[in-house]
Amino acid sequence: MSEKTNTDVIFAGFGGQGILMVGNLLSIAAMDEGRQVTYFPAYGVEMRGGTANCTVVISDDEIGSPVVGHPRACVVMNAPSLEKYQPLMVAGGTLVVNSSLVGKGDVNRSDLSVLFVDANEIARKVGSLQLASMVALGAYAAKTGVVSVETLCACLPKVVSKKYEKFIPLNISALKEGASFA
Amino acid sequence: MSGVILGTAHREFVKGNEAICHGALAAGCRHYFGYPITPQNDIPEYMSAHMAGHGGVFLQAESEVATINMLLGAAAAGKRVMTSSSGPGISLMQEGISYMAGSELPALIVNIARSGPGLGGIAPSQGDYFQAVKGGGHGGCRIPVLAPHSVQEMYELTLLAFELADRYRTPVMILGDAIIGQMKEPYSPGLHEPPAPIDKPWATTGCVGRPRQHVKSLYLKDDDIERHNWRLHEKLQRVENAEVRAESYHLEDAKIVLVAFGTAARVCKTAIQWARKAGIAAGMIRPITLFPFPKALVHETAGRADLMLVVEMNTGQMVEDVMIATSHHDKIRFVGKPCAMPTPDDIFSEIKRLAGKTA
Amino acid sequence: MSSSDKQLFDKVVFKRPESLVDVKTHFCPGCHHGIAHRIVADAIDHFGMREKTVGVACVGCSVFLYDYIDVDVVEAPHGRAPAVATGVKRALPDHFVFTYQGDGDLAAIGTSEIIHAANRGENLTVIFVNNTTYGMTGGQMAPTTMLGQKTSTSPYGREFSNDGYPIKMAELLAQLEGVAFSARVATSTPAQIRKAKEAVKTAFDMQIRRMGLSVVEFLSTCPTNWGMKPLDARNRVLGEMIDYFPLGIFKERKQADFV
Repeated sequence: MSEKTNTDVIFAGFGGQGILMVGNLLSIAAMDEGRQVTYFPAYGVEMRGGTANCTVVISDDEIGSPVVGHPRACVVMNAPSLEKYQPLMVAGGTLVVNSSLVGKGDVNRSDLSVLFVDANEIARKVGSLQLASMVALGAYAAKTGVVSVETLCACLPKVVSKKYEKFIPLNISALKEGASFA
Repeated sequence: MSGVILGTAHREFVKGNEAICHGALAAGCRHYFGYPITPQNDIPEYMSAHMAGHGGVFLQAESEVATINMLLGAAAAGKRVMTSSSGPGISLMQEGISYMAGSELPALIVNIARSGPGLGGIAPSQGDYFQAVKGGGHGGCRIPVLAPHSVQEMYELTLLAFELADRYRTPVMILGDAIIGQMKEPYSPGLHEPPAPIDKPWATTGCVGRPRQHVKSLYLKDDDIERHNWRLHEKLQRVENAEVRAESYHLEDAKIVLVAFGTAARVCKTAIQWARKAGIAAGMIRPITLFPFPKALVHETAGRADLMLVVEMNTGQMVEDVMIATSHHDKIRFVGKPCAMPTPDDIFSEIKRLAGKTA
Repeated sequence: MSSSDKQLFDKVVFKRPESLVDVKTHFCPGCHHGIAHRIVADAIDHFGMREKTVGVACVGCSVFLYDYIDVDVVEAPHGRAPAVATGVKRALPDHFVFTYQGDGDLAAIGTSEIIHAANRGENLTVIFVNNTTYGMTGGQMAPTTMLGQKTSTSPYGREFSNDGYPIKMAELLAQLEGVAFSARVATSTPAQIRKAKEAVKTAFDMQIRRMGLSVVEFLSTCPTNWGMKPLDARNRVLGEMIDYFPLGIFKERKQADFV
């Protein structure tokens, strides 16, 4: 329950993996469940370096810092992100790893709760490689219970632009496939 | 005014820069002039997309120098006007800001600050504190400065800025930074009434049925310019007497009192929560108005606290205002992190270190 | 006057424009600012726009525009009048807005503002008074100072190798698509004054018809800083100045691009 009351998560991966979109979706779902939430994206020069990350803090109380030095959870979609964030995580934190692109042997912390998700492979089966982050978000949400997968599905229309509305059912499948993995 | 919005009020999830735009449109601002600079481009981009739909004017100027003078012209014509920029652009605007202060023209100038000096970088910074609150322009020009620390306040302080600008006939600055501009948070637009439009009989709108009038800052006769200076000074004193705003955060029993504004104050709040859990009586004064500065609150608090820890994202600027506000200089400590956001751990370890010394 | 005088002068053929305030100006003897002021006031009267006009004063001798022309006036920082006027016009699109700028103001510190206001085709009228020097600050070299001309900051005469050439703003602005009308006039003879009046009226008309930016460059005198008697100053305009800065209309748009 304490994790649900007050938690934070960093999503990290390549630009184009939909990292910022899943961060936004989680934030809006948390808001719709009546929580306080902050979302902070890497911006500017970092944006152009080919990596993407964002930090989401969720709480029932006023949130202080939107940026976190030692995250309680990380969803890492590629190897450089694991390398960057694994050492920073708090003991007992939740680490969701995209094992399609990250070797299991690279996870060297024994004090974390680790979930390997073959996100690329699952996404491909659901219908598009671009859904990999959505799969990982589903897994993270189901594992931690921070928001319900139903709320995430219900909030999809708020983050998917009109142009891509027709892909909402695929996104729902991706979230659910990821959730079933947890 | 605070960052806490619980309950069932309608909430929107937007980034800070966009909340400023929502606030400006709600306040009836229909004239935006600006020039691109990172990290505030969301504001002109939003305004360029939405101003026309509100029957307003969006114009991208050829420079910040031209921008601020377009603001001057539209403000002289009686409109609610705004621009936004970042450090280097704000420097270029200082000439016009001084003219507008001298000509007593209301306007909102938003500084989503970046690191400096010079071209610096686009990392978040509070290095523009002196420029903002001490009057970056020439001739003793000073203007009210508001420092939001949440997306809610990005919206609310925009409404307040237009209200103060009209009430006191002065440009008003919002001093934010890249973090508060880029972060998203839910905010409730319905909690604060937009300021009502007010009559501006001084505006240069054509002399229909009245003698001609002028908007100007030139007073060549010695007596005139001195009188004008005293009048502006008295106006700023009225602002100091009536418009000081600050948040007291766990201040009642605090022995270690942090003083921080904007993004730095967000980080301090987390560090204070941790300190309280660890049994340390920490609290914070968060100036919402940087000018006027909450001198009385700082002085009164410094009298009973053990230590005052000033936290800034620069190498020490507001700390000088804390020293001006109170004679308890022996109690003042400073921790600064220029060009980056400190983490809650940074601040918490400093609080612990100081608590160990005072225990 | 006596009643017989009154009869004699019953028909008014020449009077102070309504928009020109009945006061003595601060201008030096032989300065042509007063003539330019009168022409502007005359044009405001001609179109009946006194109550719908907002003037923008620049920094220099002409800053006291607001003491002489009976309209609302905003004072701009040095060189920024076209940007200030842009703000006024965008806020009050149905009003008549003009700037009145000197050569240091428009052609040196304010080149960026005038060129971009012109390029945007702002519906503004610019009265540009070129007297080849900074008058108010004491006769320093201006961008329009003639080659060889001695000023307080070119004591040996302006040299192109050091200071470049006098800038021809009316021709330069005529090149920009947003400019509806660009002309250079002088006020050293009655015939020139008549032409100047026509040019200013055309310039005002361009704004009223929303054709784009209109600019009239006045070749003017500065006897005090030139160290000349008024008549010699007038002759300098007629001689070397017009030789280098030819009078005429450089652009006159017949039809608006966009309405």
